[in-house]
Amino acid sequence: MWIDYLVWTVQNLLFPVVVPVVLLTGVILAVWIERRGAGFIQDRVGPNRVTLFGFRNAGLMQPIADALKLLVKEEFIPEKADRFLFFLAPTLSMIPALLTFMVIPFGDVLVLGKYRIPLQVADLNVGLLFIFAISSLGVYGIVLGGWSADNKYSILGGLRSSAQMISYEISMGLAIIGILIVFESVRLNDIVRMQGDLLFGFLPRWGIVVQPLGFLLFFVAALAETNRIPFDLPEAEAEIVAGYHLEYSSFKFSMFFMAEYVNMMVASGFIVSLFLGGWQIPWLPTEALVAHVGPILTAVLQVAAFAVKLWFIMWVFVWVRWTLPRFRYDQLMGLGWRVMLPLALANIFVTSVVPFVLGVY
Amino acid sequence: MIQAIFFYIFAASAVVMALVVVSARNPIYSAAALIGCLLSVACIFVLQSAHLLALLQVLVYAGAIMVLVLFVLMLLNLSRDELGRRRITVRRVTGVYLVGALVTLMTIRFTKHLWAPAVSLEPGFGTIEEVGKILYTKYLLPFEMVSLLLLAAIIGAVVLTRKEKGDGR
Repeated sequence: MWIDYLVWTVQNLLFPVVVPVVLLTGVILAVWIERRGAGFIQDRVGPNRVTLFGFRNAGLMQPIADALKLLVKEEFIPEKADRFLFFLAPTLSMIPALLTFMVIPFGDVLVLGKYRIPLQVADLNVGLLFIFAISSLGVYGIVLGGWSADNKYSILGGLRSSAQMISYEISMGLAIIGILIVFESVRLNDIVRMQGDLLFGFLPRWGIVVQPLGFLLFFVAALAETNRIPFDLPEAEAEIVAGYHLEYSSFKFSMFFMAEYVNMMVASGFIVSLFLGGWQIPWLPTEALVAHVGPILTAVLQVAAFAVKLWFIMWVFVWVRWTLPRFRYDQLMGLGWRVMLPLALANIFVTSVVPFVLGVY
Repeated sequence: MIQAIFFYIFAASAVVMALVVVSARNPIYSAAALIGCLLSVACIFVLQSAHLLALLQVLVYAGAIMVLVLFVLMLLNLSRDELGRRRITVRRVTGVYLVGALVTLMTIRFTKHLWAPAVSLEPGFGTIEEVGKILYTKYLLPFEMVSLLLLAAIIGAVVLTRKEKGDGR
């Protein structure tokens, strides 16, 4: 049957190609939000002059112009740089960023007659661990890129990055344990589906409602893992010029740049799936939606709900960046080890003890 | 069939990476190759349906421990002169001989099972649920003993790095 092949193609060939393309295109929107958001917060207009075929679109063409500019710029490689690793590093930071999004569900399973199409590239039994494992590899691009350039500032950036990643990955992993205890699954789609329930009959059972401290810890750790202000010590301009990508120019620089924004989108998608109900539209379970508007429109609405939540978190990232100053390095380490780690452990303890006290088990 | 092809790709890359680890002059390259080797082995685990094991290998070894190794190597940042030249020493010759002996022995030992009939896996093999069940029932005692050992190591690390009072450092 040709329709069998069509469904198979969509699941196994179309999704793995379309999702990275959408992510890379999303970088344009992310850069636009970043630059116009910065303008908005600093009470100025922001870049809005670039036109393409007479369309200004409030500056939405600016990121395209930026990308073109980066592509045609002169490529400079330091004389004493380790050329092999210098070439490899931008790719190493890009690939894990794109891979991680593969297990994040962007809609409920689409049921069309006898076909069941999961709106997610890979529904892994170990989905959560996959995200942690692959995203922990992203640091190598920064570390090796910093080392290979043979520049003291970029080595410092790489060193800072490796120490920071290790410190905050621990709090990040521990902040998740509470969610795992509450939802009793490591499959991301199961976790999202369970967030459709209602608490006390009116409150959606989102992760942020049942695990507020977990959400806060995870959000802060995500800021640190994506090297965003206030945690952008690896590229702190005031101290180490541009940190790990100091010697990079042209396309290689733009790969680091894009990887940062893709990482932000992955972190946002992860936060949305775990704490903000993923593709769930509040008070509208999938069954009710399918009964009223049909399966296709349901899928479209759920993907839209996921996208709205994801871009809201992206906006919060931008908001934080242009509001807070940068940490000092000892403050960064102090926050990670002395505040977040004990809080995450306390969160796990409380989450495991409370059900026994309330007699839920 | 396709699994066999992937197996040989990852097996070959694991062996090549391992050779680079021991033969590279620059320790940063050794570390990078070790990461590649660990990833290849993780891919072989995936082909054997041991998904949890594969991801833990990536998460713990490739993602965390190797970052620390690279951190230390970058702090040392050895220059080309300090690394010295390639020399043939007695120790190296002995090492090559021992590796050859080990490979021969292992080949003899493991090719015995080459034509054994295939055994089908139980449902749920390699999933978090199944591994967790086995760890907390059949292998509970070894599991807890390993945790105690790790706890002792953590306490040891804390004690070693703590500054003594009046040390003046």
